Amino acid sequence: MIPNFDDDDTDRKICFIASKGTLDMVYPSLIMANAALGEGIETHIFFTFWGMDIITKELSEDLQFTWMGNTAMHPPGKKMHMPQGMAGLPGMTKVATKMMKKQIADLDVPEVPEMVQMIADAGGQLWACKMSADMMGLEMDDFVEGVQDIISATDFIELSEGAQVIFT
Amino acid sequence: MATATIAGADVTVDEEGFMTEFSEWSEDIGSALAGQIGIDLSDAHWKVLNFVREDFQAQGETPTLRRVSKVGGVPTKELFQLFPKKPAKKMSYIAGVPKPHGCV
Repeated sequence: MIPNFDDDDTDRKICFIASKGTLDMVYPSLIMANAALGEGIETHIFFTFWGMDIITKELSEDLQFTWMGNTAMHPPGKKMHMPQGMAGLPGMTKVATKMMKKQIADLDVPEVPEMVQMIADAGGQLWACKMSADMMGLEMDDFVEGVQDIISATDFIELSEGAQVIFT
Repeated sequence: MATATIAGADVTVDEEGFMTEFSEWSEDIGSALAGQIGIDLSDAHWKVLNFVREDFQAQGETPTLRRVSKVGGVPTKELFQLFPKKPAKKMSYIAGVPKPHGCV
């Protein structure tokens, strides 16, 4: 009895669109892309709008978390909701970010820059959005290692042909 | 649970064919398991497999790819070269430990 590792007969391909730059919203695509690569699946991530922060050298290690506008926010394991007004207090974003980073680290999940590096090393293909790069005045030099190119929306539609596309 | 004969030894395996008894494993069995999935073991493979077994014994669970690269000192890129496509599953299969459960 040999496990079926399906080496050759998978043509599955997954493309993630990473459009957010808040700490809690950058992990879904990164975690799933990493998992897909570990399953031998061709994996792409297209970074656009605030998602560009994930691959921008100056910003990727400093992504922030706020619960402003997130009425579901509750402290870990507690059934109480955090008042929205508190989220706007000075310094609260810093505190909330620190707490979330600690929880992520406690699970032994890497910070964003290391996660991106891991994905690139595992063969993940990283693409920056041209319109966002133009808007933000970013060039290839501004991006972390592993980003392959700045591509247009049309380029992305072409490369994602036949893929499962997931917007995050 | 079923029994399979690998490298002349009877070992307990789960429904997918992964070994379930840590102590039933031997290096000969490891080589035979690797051969079954088309991998010819080199020293670089053994470095990974030995780490996976030692870490499993110490931690009580199979190390994730990140742990093998961070703690075991084998870069992610190399893991994908040594155990193509599905490194985490392949290395645990050969090392006779369960598949890793962590998400990362």
